[in-house]
Amino acid sequence: MAHSGEYHRGLHRWSILLAFCTLLLVVAGGLVTSRDAGLSVPDWPLSYGKLMPPMEGGILYEHGHRMIATTVGMFTIVSLVWLLIVEKRLWMKWLGGAALVAVIVQGALGGLTVIYLLPWWISSAHASLAQLFFSTTVAMAIFTSGWWLRAPVSVDEDERHPIRGLSLAAPVFVLAQLALGAAARHKAIGSIYHICGSPIVTFVVLWVSLRILLHYARNRELRMGALTLIGVTMTQVFLGIAAYMSRIAYADAVQPMPLMVAFTVLHVAVGALTLATSVALAILVRRNVPAPSRAYSSTRVAAVS
Amino acid sequence: MVCLAGCGSGSAPPAELKAVAPVPEARVDPATACVITGQVIFKGDAPKMAEIDMSSNPQCERQHKTPAKAQTVVVNPNRTLRNVFVHIKDGLAPAHWTPPATSAELSQTGCIYQPHVQGIMEGQNLEILNNDPVNHNVHAECEKNAAWNESQPPRAEHKNKQFSVEETLFPVTCSVHPWMRAYIAVSPHPFFAVTGADGSFSITGVPPGTYTIEAVHEKYGSKEGRLTVAPSGTAKIDFTYGS
Repeated sequence: MAHSGEYHRGLHRWSILLAFCTLLLVVAGGLVTSRDAGLSVPDWPLSYGKLMPPMEGGILYEHGHRMIATTVGMFTIVSLVWLLIVEKRLWMKWLGGAALVAVIVQGALGGLTVIYLLPWWISSAHASLAQLFFSTTVAMAIFTSGWWLRAPVSVDEDERHPIRGLSLAAPVFVLAQLALGAAARHKAIGSIYHICGSPIVTFVVLWVSLRILLHYARNRELRMGALTLIGVTMTQVFLGIAAYMSRIAYADAVQPMPLMVAFTVLHVAVGALTLATSVALAILVRRNVPAPSRAYSSTRVAAVS
Repeated sequence: MVCLAGCGSGSAPPAELKAVAPVPEARVDPATACVITGQVIFKGDAPKMAEIDMSSNPQCERQHKTPAKAQTVVVNPNRTLRNVFVHIKDGLAPAHWTPPATSAELSQTGCIYQPHVQGIMEGQNLEILNNDPVNHNVHAECEKNAAWNESQPPRAEHKNKQFSVEETLFPVTCSVHPWMRAYIAVSPHPFFAVTGADGSFSITGVPPGTYTIEAVHEKYGSKEGRLTVAPSGTAKIDFTYGS
């Protein structure tokens, strides 16, 4: 899967740009919710019946979010067209197609949540899909890189401490935790569920990362990936505590307070980075730790028996 | 159809039957009409209301010589509480009360909703005005009535809205200016009032009888009391809130 493509510098840089813009979009979306601006533009797809309403108060955040979203949508279309023209890996073209479908669904969810006055299930789905879409764009940037196309510095899987399957647990748990966070943010559930999920996700992330650091540390890429995931996750835990404390401190505030907005939006953004990092680490593990061959497995089983 | 709706649903009468039951037109004999008065007293230290930061929209800020303050808890100089909705909750004979022909009004002036709390009757027209040079969105966050959210640009036509179901204090908000918040109560009858600058209320033209009176505040919630008012009489009831 890794080595059958050709490196296209332009496409790779475009993919990085798409991922960066998507992170900006996540930040803009976080600002909309934190600034209580979600319904400041009641109509959709136009804003106050126009393409460009006066950018005042909450309209700045809501319409700004829509503008960035439109840009990301356009960039995703360009990515897919580019992939269809130059990419030789069929699965990569499918990934580009999936990204376009995701961004279209995401736009529709954004519009529907405005029209139906922010029902929790549409808003939560919108927030969760945003996180998944960002990770998809990061994966596209990885898969189009020259590094990905080079032969990996591989390391054998330690039979007693397998990592290929375990590495998938981190993104699954992080995504579940982000979905809980989105549901809590949109008042579907109490914050307590998201708070209780935090030590569980942290434990899973540490389990994966420490297994890599203890048993696969000789592979520099895996080591750096695990350390990065630990760093991002710990930052996220701190931001979660700070966001929660600031919400308690400003519970009676008549309007969203800057410190609360800053911590909450950073928590959303670093949440997206945590998921993307866990996805990238899982990709890295499956690249650098090849699956045991069928022959090897049967030999091993025979030896054991 | 009636059997299908009515059978197997326990002792409560089905909604269809309740809806078609004849309700007489309400009528109060002016000769025996009563008055219910009272005060809403505040005990303890009055919380300090924060100044509203309107810097995100300078056109709002310019309309205030001094920074506007939040109106969540307004304690009057005489230690009474402003913006408490007081109404007859229970005790009136079933009747249909005709809403007044005059409209209630909710204005947006200086990026503040005025009045902060008001009661209107079911079916009464609510006229919503934008007196500001900026865009607003008006979001009625009702739960029993249908919620809605509409934009209202500067100099736009007034909005006219009605609410058809009794509902106590739902917020009306503006997401362009997140500090903007008003509360509306929808009543099936005209016997309600909102406390003002002296914390008192007066509900007039009430038929004699025994009633449950409820006071509702946006932050401190609801309190109830019972009273009996004789023909042509006046009954007094006070409520006390505290921090």
